[in-house]
Amino acid sequence: MIIKKPDDIPASEITPERDYFNRRAFLRAASLLGVAGAAASTAALVGRQTEKQGGQGEQLKDELTPFEDVTTYNNFYEFGTDKSDPAENAQGFKTKPWSVRVEGLVSKPATYDLEDFIKPHKLEERVYRHRCVEAWSMVIPWLGFPMGDLIKRVQPLGSAKYIEFQTLFDPKQMPGQRSSVLSWPYTEGLRLDEAMHPLAIFAVGLYGKMLLPQNGAPLRTVIPWKYGFKGTKSIVKIRFTETQPKTAWNEAAPNEYGFYANVNPEVDHPRWTQARERRIGEFRRRPTLMLNGYADQVGRLYQGMDLRKLY
Amino acid sequence: MTPPRWLRPVVFAASLLPAIWVVAAIASDFFSGTRLLGSNPIKEAEHFTGRWVLRFLMVTLAVTPIRQTFGWNWLQRYRRMFGLFAFFYATIHLLIYFLLDLELTWGDLWADIVKRPYITIGMTAFVLLAPLAATSTAKMVKRLGGKRWAALHRTVYVIVVLGTIHFWMAVKRDITDPAIYALIFAGLLGYRFVRWRRRRASPQPQRQRAAAAGAVHPAATSSSSQ
Repeated sequence: MIIKKPDDIPASEITPERDYFNRRAFLRAASLLGVAGAAASTAALVGRQTEKQGGQGEQLKDELTPFEDVTTYNNFYEFGTDKSDPAENAQGFKTKPWSVRVEGLVSKPATYDLEDFIKPHKLEERVYRHRCVEAWSMVIPWLGFPMGDLIKRVQPLGSAKYIEFQTLFDPKQMPGQRSSVLSWPYTEGLRLDEAMHPLAIFAVGLYGKMLLPQNGAPLRTVIPWKYGFKGTKSIVKIRFTETQPKTAWNEAAPNEYGFYANVNPEVDHPRWTQARERRIGEFRRRPTLMLNGYADQVGRLYQGMDLRKLY
Repeated sequence: MTPPRWLRPVVFAASLLPAIWVVAAIASDFFSGTRLLGSNPIKEAEHFTGRWVLRFLMVTLAVTPIRQTFGWNWLQRYRRMFGLFAFFYATIHLLIYFLLDLELTWGDLWADIVKRPYITIGMTAFVLLAPLAATSTAKMVKRLGGKRWAALHRTVYVIVVLGTIHFWMAVKRDITDPAIYALIFAGLLGYRFVRWRRRRASPQPQRQRAAAAGAVHPAATSSSSQ
């Protein structure tokens, strides 16, 4: 059931963004050949690896999603519900000054200035697949630091079992919050052991630049093996709790969005299949990988759990 | 008021524009990466054509109220064209969904229809719409007979309800747009309902005459009411 995959996508497999635009039309032409039935040539063109991996089917290459797509095709309901809304409505969003409150079951509750929050940590680039619950995906080079490093730093109490994140609530700046499409502020959470996993990060940038507001500036979480909505953007509060936090989408539609929200091709969304996804920039769908291709690293977190029930 | 002769071809060409746009946009994005439909062009094309189906159904259903309100009887002759455009866009909508989104996988199509109520409902609406398109010719009207033809074509009321539910269920959370569409359809159907109620409440003059005639010649009424 487990797919062998390195920690993140090796740099050697990533095509630089500047080459990507030239490749885009090329890839699409290639996928057209696929539709026409020229499967062999398609395989060569899109770099599809032909060998099967443990009967899990073909593995396709991951290429960086162009910066333009990453920064204009966003779900960030605080700025509107259309994919293009955040890029338009988040212009001029004020991220300075910014402070983050750490509270709850923690030995060092405090309010940090953003700079102090980040400073002790070494920023690193992480190229992650990003799988939206709506069955599209991207590959994004994040800039950030492991969530676990921060957690160790603030020292949660032994009774803390969960970590909760909250987005800024500011309807003046975030027009989407003026309507009750979700219950604001956007709240998400993780089990503490999930948050401690080295793949879970706080991101402050992407493509080597500071995060743009539409991507959750100035601070967001990225949990690459979970659906995108588990990531909390523009974080102002982090709380450690003993009980499972209430989370925004789960509250809104519990039959469609669970607390765990692990990427799982075997558990369909009630309205669409999760077995396949459309990588932004590609015309053909590709198979969705168990835990978004990170099963080898994070699978142990869910041993003995029925992921059908705890979706 | 009689419209100028050029109106019909102009309306026809204008109705085609969204289809030309979406096909051209997909093709240009496909071959030259123009991004005319944004980052997720196939989804966008599905939503775009789906909305046009509902808009053409709206226009089709608006013909009668407008004609009756303003006395523009010439408008009646456009109704079939609008209805056929609704079917045309529904066909494109379905083709994009099946060819580009599902990539011709029959298994996925079947799973969608069986497992996902919004697809079941949308597909039902399409299946109901097809016979209306097929019986839209003057020949078919004649063959079916006006009354039966009209009864069949009243299915369109069911179709718009299904279409709106399909749209409503397809959106994730923000139901503003489907709600607007639903309101307009409610108005168009409500108009008909009110008129129907009124007709029933005050019997038409010819019906009264027929009833009066029936009192004298019972045999005559039974044949005329067939």
